Amino acid sequence: MSELGVLEETHLTFRLAPEMELEVRACACEMAKSIRMSTDKVEEVGMAVVEACINAIEHSRAADGQLHLGLAVLGSAGADEPQGLRITIQDQGVGFDCSKLVPPRIEDNLKSIRKRGWGLKIIEGLMDEVNVLSGEGGTSVVMLKVL
Amino acid sequence: MTEGLKLKVERRDGLAVIYTEGYINNQGGEEIAEAAYGLLDEGFGTLLLNLAGTKIVNSIGISILIEIIEKMIEVEGRLSFCHLTPTIEKTFHIMGLAQYASIFPDEQAAVTELQAGAS
Repeated sequence: MSELGVLEETHLTFRLAPEMELEVRACACEMAKSIRMSTDKVEEVGMAVVEACINAIEHSRAADGQLHLGLAVLGSAGADEPQGLRITIQDQGVGFDCSKLVPPRIEDNLKSIRKRGWGLKIIEGLMDEVNVLSGEGGTSVVMLKVL
Repeated sequence: MTEGLKLKVERRDGLAVIYTEGYINNQGGEEIAEAAYGLLDEGFGTLLLNLAGTKIVNSIGISILIEIIEKMIEVEGRLSFCHLTPTIEKTFHIMGLAQYASIFPDEQAAVTELQAGAS
């Protein structure tokens, strides 16, 4: 999808707080519906957005207490027909080392006291492309859903 | 803030059904766990979670469901799910929950199989 252009773009900022993930989800789902994404795919976008927000709420430790949402409708240059939705969830928190992430396994999870750490695996399973960029300036989760 | 998760429990022959309505997050997951462990104490070893009234879950809520599955395995009981949205069902498969908890399309199918298995 990297060859596609941006047909429409929106940026919104939210305050990091419990259940703000539902507000962010509503905005992303509204945009997905507006480009006639199927109901099942809209719901998958919603779930992925919830997980990205929860990761930011729990781990970002962003001093500004903010989360930034970017929604970009993608399509072929010169054509108005949308072909996908790119969603960016960004915080300006402490970041993390992506190389140290270990994908969870249910077999291990059941025996472990800690049963968390599923967010990124869920996002990757529900979206068509996922890129996570993280460092001292914060974390960006960029997710793509094709129509 | 959303309203908290609402739960309803029905006790049947050898089986208890927990109906959820609302968002399953950490608080909702804890409420389900409390209900499930109470039913276990009452002697119900087969539990069915009917999620017809739940359209949104998050991984914190699901992690608490994993704790319930672990407890059911310990006591040789069984936790099953029915009426999942396609996205919640897909998420359970992504996480591998379907290996440890049965997923049924609807309550009728679940009750038929679970009661046959319990008898």
